[in-house]
Amino acid sequence: MSVTTSVPEKAPAKPPRSLGDRLFSGVARAAGLTILAALAGVFIFLTIEGVPGLSQPTSTYAPNHDFLSYVGPLIYGTILAAVLALILAVPFALGIALFISHYAPRRLAVPVAYVIDLLAAVPSVVFGLWGARSLATYLVPLHEWLYAHLSWLPFFAGPPSVTGRTIFTAGIVLAIMILPIITAISREVFAQTPRLDQEAALALGATRWEMVRMAVFPYARSGMVSAIMLGLGRALGETMAVAMVLSASPIVTLNLISNTNPATVASNIASSFAEATPAKLHVLIATGLVLFAFTFAVNFAARWVVGRNDRRMSR
Amino acid sequence: MTSANLAPDLAASMRLSRPRLPRWAPVLALVLTVAAAGLPAMLLGWSVVGWLALALVLFLAALPGWAWAVEGGRSAVDRLMTALIWSAFGIAVIPLVWLIWTVVSQGASVISVEFLTYSMRNIVGSGGGIYHALIGTLLVTGAAAVISIPIGIFAAIYLVEYGKGTQLGRWITFLVDVMTGIPSIVAGLFALSLFVLLFGPQFRAGIGGAVALSLLMIPIVVRSTEEMLRLVPADLREASYALGVPKWRTISKVVLPTALGGIITGVTLAIARVIGETAPLLVVAGKTDSTNFNLFNERMSTLPVYIYYSFTQPGIAPPGVSDPPGIARAWGAALVLIVIVMVLNLLARVIGKIFAPKKG
Amino acid sequence: MAKSIDVSDLNIYYGDFLAVEGVNMTIKARSVTAFIGPSGCGKSTMLRSLNRMHEVIPGARVEGKIMVDGQSLYDASVDPVAVRREIGMVFQRPNPFPTMSIYDNVLAGNRLNAKRLKKSESDDIVERSLKAANLWAEVKDRLGKPGMGLSGGQQQRLCIARAIAVEPQVLLMDEPCSALDPISTSAIEDLIHELKTDYTIVIVTHNMQQAARVSDDTGFFNLKATGEPGHLVEFNPTKKMFTNPDHESTEAYISGRFG
Repeated sequence: MSVTTSVPEKAPAKPPRSLGDRLFSGVARAAGLTILAALAGVFIFLTIEGVPGLSQPTSTYAPNHDFLSYVGPLIYGTILAAVLALILAVPFALGIALFISHYAPRRLAVPVAYVIDLLAAVPSVVFGLWGARSLATYLVPLHEWLYAHLSWLPFFAGPPSVTGRTIFTAGIVLAIMILPIITAISREVFAQTPRLDQEAALALGATRWEMVRMAVFPYARSGMVSAIMLGLGRALGETMAVAMVLSASPIVTLNLISNTNPATVASNIASSFAEATPAKLHVLIATGLVLFAFTFAVNFAARWVVGRNDRRMSR
Repeated sequence: MTSANLAPDLAASMRLSRPRLPRWAPVLALVLTVAAAGLPAMLLGWSVVGWLALALVLFLAALPGWAWAVEGGRSAVDRLMTALIWSAFGIAVIPLVWLIWTVVSQGASVISVEFLTYSMRNIVGSGGGIYHALIGTLLVTGAAAVISIPIGIFAAIYLVEYGKGTQLGRWITFLVDVMTGIPSIVAGLFALSLFVLLFGPQFRAGIGGAVALSLLMIPIVVRSTEEMLRLVPADLREASYALGVPKWRTISKVVLPTALGGIITGVTLAIARVIGETAPLLVVAGKTDSTNFNLFNERMSTLPVYIYYSFTQPGIAPPGVSDPPGIARAWGAALVLIVIVMVLNLLARVIGKIFAPKKG
Repeated sequence: MAKSIDVSDLNIYYGDFLAVEGVNMTIKARSVTAFIGPSGCGKSTMLRSLNRMHEVIPGARVEGKIMVDGQSLYDASVDPVAVRREIGMVFQRPNPFPTMSIYDNVLAGNRLNAKRLKKSESDDIVERSLKAANLWAEVKDRLGKPGMGLSGGQQQRLCIARAIAVEPQVLLMDEPCSALDPISTSAIEDLIHELKTDYTIVIVTHNMQQAARVSDDTGFFNLKATGEPGHLVEFNPTKKMFTNPDHESTEAYISGRFG
């Protein structure tokens, strides 16, 4: 057994740092750790207060009998409203994003972008008020028209609501609310498409739309996906607009235009919260936890898609 | 070694000119289709909306169809997409204009000195105002800003200046992403759970709302600050280091001032974003009819919650009036809230302009 | 193919700003014409106006005439898309489409027009174009790999292959070697020599030796004064330009006294 002769190298000593430096970096690190702690807190406290909500007396879950059957229709309603909103919003959002980044005359593009940002700034409770008092009334004829012409589709089986305060209207309001988010992000990635890529396409004799398909969309694909997913996350979690527009009942139905509409998790919390007993409060917090897990999964999936695309692009 | 067969036919002349639609073709098509749609709309007694919808559909078919006949398929597709994109823009502007117009027209008549300076204490029927809710909104949002701005800015400094590439830095980046996606009502439930565990099940106070709003505000502040700090050129930092300036002074004297305009803009936008949040305040700050200046005691009304309750519990309409008094109050408060948000947005832009690095 | 280009009294504007003023020249078919001059004198702008690429920038417009094969490029009936098919372009930095393979990059232009290319047809086009661009030997075993994986010089030759795959009449090159190392540069220069038997080539370059090496004719652009529009000082056979230029400023520039 030979003895190593080499002198064991000392770990490089940390350079001395001034007090100010240590203090400053300490504060910065502490701020970062606060964020960690805050999120851990969200999980912990929601779990502490929410878990008892899984096993309350049957009467708490009225009109259902246990937690799963209570939260099931709510999740269904949440997804239904969010998907509806997404279907309505995505084509418009991408269209407007392209309009701003590539189609509009420069003099129009800047104000349009500003107007869309303003749309994002309108508080959700104002959207709710407008949706319930104004939009819903005007959508009644549309409900009737859909019932008259498309009632063979399960979505429009009717009978149409006379107030217009249906999941269909809620979906439209949600669509208007998530439109600015999707627009803002995709407009940014569209605009970041390298000029050279676009000119390469044009120099090959591409029309504007062909240029968009050849150079802009491939470049922006992952950004578009994450924009849509973020919009979906927002739609899933949106509370007030749905709570104010919908006259909800805990049912599962594909019918979008009738008087009985499924509630969403968030809107159900908002509307049952005021009269909740402590037992019911636990149940509501538990549904909130489910919603959190759900939006988390969506955001996570979005990130994964983006990451995968980046990896593929950099291969 | 250029192969001869690559050479195109020498005699072949270039075909540069093709039959093209005149520049005014889209306008003409639009006018014609609007007119054409007017005929059935008039005969069948459709509304303006039905008429315009039909016109749009006709236009989307007519212009590409014409282009197909004259210019060929590729150009037709191009024109169809251009038309679709323009109409997407046109349709999306409708709800915004409609919403603003509704809020202004319904709310303007409600706003008066009384509406702004009276609370709802002891009000039955009409009268009363939003004073208590305004105070609540300012206090709660102010407290949220006090909590989130330092945390947000320092966390961003950590991410950009210290934590680059470290495990902790990656974790924080990830968690900020997660935080961005927290539904606002979940933030409210979190604050509620926290305070209920600490102070008992009946606890409701403005500070709870502030904590909930900070949870929503911090990621926005971190994101915008991070972005601004990253825009500061590395040369600038190196120039400062090369002068022997310690890192923290470089950050506080060189990096932060350079990014200041952007950071203030981001913070203002973050405030504008959370000032209209309803759900968390509904849950944890509650509702009251009186003015409450104490963030740490008793329920505190805020503007968004005021709007919500005015809408859901509007009171009883006096005889001969169609709408109960709460609805008018809701519109009035909505107008005030929108004005506040818009002013904050404008302010953010102005600040961004003022602080933008001067050139020349 | 290989058409000549006649430019007469050309003014190029960006909005109200006059960038290039009063250009007259004749670019000969099957030859290489180089544009040289100091930075900002409008040679790239001039080049881009030859296939109507400059109007991609909002507000850009031209006055005057550019005739190719007896047709005016800026006639109302002329489709800029058709112009760009006939007059290909290679850019300053290599810009293969990042999401496409080498194979798809070469075919990008062809796929726009033809509804369906048969496999054998597209293989044929890819091989011919890559061979013409002197790249075939280097990439024939990895046609399915992304174009971004190639070296800078290879990427630039890929872009040349992509431009000639649509069989244009004219090839415009905007400082094609400025982002490349000397070895890649000389590969491109050799390629330009070979290509001029089939194409009319116009090249913008900062490098006077390059202009002297590759071109038959040279146009020297200069600014009258700072803030004034650029203009064409002299247009002559390269040999004459570099030995006995007509203008003093040309000689000053070529001998390295400014620019």
